[in-house]
Amino acid sequence: MDGDSSKIEKKNIEENWSTTVRFAGDSGDGMQLTGGRLTFEAAISGMGLATFPDYPAEIRAPAGTTFGVSSFQVRFGKGLIASSGDHADILVAMNPAALKVNIKEVLPGGLIIIDSSSFNDRGIKKAGYEENPIENNSLSGLQIISADISNLTVEAVKEFNLGNKDSLRCRNMWTLGLILWLFTKEVNETVAWLEGKFGKDNVLTKANIAALNAGHKYAENTELSNDIIRKIVPKVKPAKGKWRAITGAESLAFGLATGAQKAKLNMTLCSYPITPASPIMHYLANYKLKGIGIYQAEDEIAACCSAIGVSYAGGLGVTSSSGPGISLKTEAIGLAISVELPLIIINSQRAGPSTGLPTRAEQSDLMQAIYGRHGEAPLVVLAPKSPSHCFEIAQKAIDIAIKYMTPVMILSDAYLTNASEPWLIPDINKIKEKAVSFGEYKENFMPFERDPITLARKWVKPGTKGMEHRIGGLEKDSISGNISYDPENHQKMTNLRSQKIKNIQNELDDININGPEKGDLLVIGWGSTNGPISEAQDELSKKGLKISHIQVSCLWPISDNLKEIASKFESVIVVEMNEGQLYSILKTEGITKAQSLTQVSGKPIRVSYLLEKFKKIIKSEK
Amino acid sequence: MGINEKPIELKPADYASDQEVRWCPGCGDYAILNAVKRTLADKQAKKENTVFVSGIGCSSRLPYYMATYGFHTIHGRAPAFATGIKLTNPELDVWIITGDGDSLSIGGNHFIHLLRRNLNCQLLLFNNEIYGLTKGQASPASRTGTVSPSTPEGSLESPLSACELALSSGATFVARGVDTAIKQLVPTLSKAQDHIGTSLVEIYQNCIVYNDDVFKSFTDKSLALEKQIHLENGEPMLFGENNMKGLAINEDYSALEIVDLQKNAKDISRVLVHDYKNKTIANLLTQMDQNSMPVALGVIYCVEKPTLEKYYSEKLNSHNNDIGKIMEKGQTWTI
Repeated sequence: MDGDSSKIEKKNIEENWSTTVRFAGDSGDGMQLTGGRLTFEAAISGMGLATFPDYPAEIRAPAGTTFGVSSFQVRFGKGLIASSGDHADILVAMNPAALKVNIKEVLPGGLIIIDSSSFNDRGIKKAGYEENPIENNSLSGLQIISADISNLTVEAVKEFNLGNKDSLRCRNMWTLGLILWLFTKEVNETVAWLEGKFGKDNVLTKANIAALNAGHKYAENTELSNDIIRKIVPKVKPAKGKWRAITGAESLAFGLATGAQKAKLNMTLCSYPITPASPIMHYLANYKLKGIGIYQAEDEIAACCSAIGVSYAGGLGVTSSSGPGISLKTEAIGLAISVELPLIIINSQRAGPSTGLPTRAEQSDLMQAIYGRHGEAPLVVLAPKSPSHCFEIAQKAIDIAIKYMTPVMILSDAYLTNASEPWLIPDINKIKEKAVSFGEYKENFMPFERDPITLARKWVKPGTKGMEHRIGGLEKDSISGNISYDPENHQKMTNLRSQKIKNIQNELDDININGPEKGDLLVIGWGSTNGPISEAQDELSKKGLKISHIQVSCLWPISDNLKEIASKFESVIVVEMNEGQLYSILKTEGITKAQSLTQVSGKPIRVSYLLEKFKKIIKSEK
Repeated sequence: MGINEKPIELKPADYASDQEVRWCPGCGDYAILNAVKRTLADKQAKKENTVFVSGIGCSSRLPYYMATYGFHTIHGRAPAFATGIKLTNPELDVWIITGDGDSLSIGGNHFIHLLRRNLNCQLLLFNNEIYGLTKGQASPASRTGTVSPSTPEGSLESPLSACELALSSGATFVARGVDTAIKQLVPTLSKAQDHIGTSLVEIYQNCIVYNDDVFKSFTDKSLALEKQIHLENGEPMLFGENNMKGLAINEDYSALEIVDLQKNAKDISRVLVHDYKNKTIANLLTQMDQNSMPVALGVIYCVEKPTLEKYYSEKLNSHNNDIGKIMEKGQTWTI
C-alpha cells in the first residue's frame, strides 16, 4: 500500500506490485474485521484487491485449538489482482494454533507477526507443538516480529477500566496499528471509521483507538524499521466513480433485486438456512427494497416449491442453497422444468459429498446442475467468475428465465460468496427495463402453445379471466397441456424441452477470449478459478507465450463456438476444482484434444501451480 | 364480459373442466368433487380467482377436473406451492387438495408448518386410510393391524390423527366431513372458505378398491345417527335418534362421555354447548375413540389469528428502499 505520510521514516522500504497479508486467530479474535479494515485501507488507495476469508464450520470452537482457527487473507496491488494470492507475504498469528495452521501459507522470506504472550506452554501444547516454534529454529528464513501484544494492549487501554477480557478484545486493533505502519500508513482513516461505526463517545471506541495508536507507535518506537523490510505497493489509477468493496453474496443479492425490478416483477427469495448460502437471504432481508421479499421455509424442498409457487402466481421465484439443499430441491426443479415456469436456483457450492467441508469451495456440482434430475430435464446453468460478475450473472439469469420460461441455475461457490473485490457502483438508472408481458385474454388459449423463436410458452397468471387452465407434472399434450400418455407426444415434448434450452446459446455473448485467437495453449475455466487462471495467463503472455483463456459463464447449453475456437490451439486444458466435470462435458461436445487439470482440496487453485503446468504443456508441444 | 352485461349465474357444472374424470367408479372422490363444485356455485366464486393446488395421489388429480386455475404439483408439497402463490397474490382463493399419504407422511412437515403459519387457504385432506394410487399399501392413517401388500401380517404402527396433529400444530380451523354426506359437507366447506386462515377439512373418503367400508362403522346409514355427531357452534352437542344423546365432560377422567337423555332427562344440563373457540374441548372431540363414542363432524375448532400472507404483504408494502442508495450505503470511496 502506498504511504501517506512524510512523517514516517522511509527506511528499508521495497516496492512490490502486490502484497498478501493473512490474519489468523481464534474465531473470536476479530480477524475477519481486522482483515476487512485493511482491505478498505487498500481500496481507498485505489488498489486492485481480492480477499479470501477462510473459517471453520464451527462457530466458536475451543480457544487455542487448530480447528478453531479462522483467517482472512487480503491481496492488494496494482495491475491484475484477480486472485487472493498463493502465499502470504505477511502472516499475523494471534496464537500458536494460528501459526501452526497457516505457516505453510507463508512465502520464504515472509514476515510473521505473533503475540508472544500466547506462546506459553499451555498454548503451545494446545496447538499440538512439541516445543516453542519460535525458539527451535523452525521458522528460519522468515522475518519475525514477536511482541507481547496481549500485555501491550491491556496496558494501552488501562485507563478505560474495561477488565481483562474486554481489554484483550482490542488486540486486533493493536495489531492493525502495527500493520498500517508496515505499509507506511497513518491511523487517522481507521480512527474515523471506528468513531463512525461505534460512536465517538463510546468507551469501547476510545479503547480500540488507544490500542490502534499503541500498535502503530510500538513499531515506530522500537525502530522495527532497522530490522524489517517493508514492502509497499505504488499508487495506481482505477476508473473514475464511486467505489465500494463487494462480496459475491452481496453482488448476487443486488443482481437479483435489480433484475426483478427491471422486469417489473415482485421477487421472493425462498430459502432455508445453509452454509455458505445464507448471506444472500440475509442481505435481501435487510435491504427492504421495493417489491423484494424473502421467505424462510421449513425445509429446502419447501423453499424450492414455494419459489415455484411465486413464479406460478406471476412473481419471480428464487431459491438459494448449497449442495445438500440443492439435492433436496431436485424433484421440485424437475416440476418447474415440466410446467415451464421461470425459476432462479442459486447453488453456492461447497466442498465434498454429504456435509463435506461446508465453508470451503469446490466446483463439483456441475454435473448435478446439468444432468442431476430424473427424466430428460434440461435447464440453463450459469456461473459467475468473480464477486462483481455475480451482479451481471444474476440479471442475465432472470432475463433468460423469463424469456424462455425455464429454471436457470447459478453456480456460485463458497469462495465467491465470501470473497470481495472493489466494485465501481453501477448507475442503476442506466440498466434497461424489460417489463414482463403476461398472457392476457385470448380466445381458444392453449397453455403450451409456443413462441416460434424462443419456444417459450406464455406466462399466464391466475387471476386472468377467461384463461383458466391446469398445469402439472404429468406429461402434457404439446399444445393443449391436457394430460397425455401418447408416445409421439412424449417424444415431441422431450425434443421441445431440449431444443428450447439449446436455443439459449444464441442469447449469450459468452465466449470472451483473453489472449490471441490461435496459439499454443487455450485454458478453459469456469467460476471462481478465473482469478488464478487470469493471472497465470497474464504472466505467461508477458513472457511471449501464445496462451489464451476463456472463462465459460454459460455451462449449459455449451456454446457451439467453443469447439471452433478450441480447434485453433495446439493444446486445450480445462482447469476446475472437481475431478474433471467440465472436461468430460467438453469432450462429449467434441473438444477431443482437451486435457484436464484439477484440484479438489477445498482451497483456491494457486497461480504458481497453474504456471508450472501450463509451461510444461507448452514445452511438450515444441 | 362487457361492463354492462349481467353476470351469468354459475352452476356447479360450470366449474367442471372438459376433462374426463379418471377415478374408479364408486370412489368417494366423485362425491367430494361434487361438493366442492356446489360450494363454489353457492358462493358464485370467480373461476379466475380460484386456484386448486394438489400433491400426488388419487385425490390430487382433482384440479384437472375443475374449470378454475389448477396446479398438480409433487408428492406432499402442495402447501409449499400454495404458500408461494398466496405470498405473491393474496387475493387468490387457494384450495389445497391432498390425501392422508400426501399430507401425513411425505408432506407431514409442510402440513404442520402451513397450519402454524396460518396461510389463508383451504386444505381438504381426503382420508381413505390407504395409499390408493400405488395399489393399496398401509398409510400413516391406517389402523393398527391393517393388512396390505406392504404389511401382509398387519401393520404394527399406530395411526396418526390429522385433526389432533393440526390442533397441536397451531391450526386455526379444524373440521371434518364424510364424502357422501354432501348435505353436511357443503356447509362445512363453505365455512372453511369463509375462515380467514388455514382451514383444514378432513374428509373421510371411501376407497372402494383397496380399503372399502373402512369407515362403515359410522358412515353406514343404519349406524350414522348413533355414531356421528354434527357440531354446530353455540348448539348443544346432541346426537342419536331424536337427539336423545349428548356429550358431557366426565370429570373423573377429564374426557368426554355420552349421556343418555332417555334414561335421565336431567342430564341435559350436563350436555356441552359447542364453542368452537375452546381448544381443550376441540382436543377431546378429536380424541374420541370411534368404538365407544360418536365421530365428531362439522367445524370442531375455529379461531382468528393473523395470516402469513397479510404479515408478508404488509412487510413488503413497507419496503421502500431504492437499490441504488443501498448500494452506496456503508464504506465507499470516490476516485
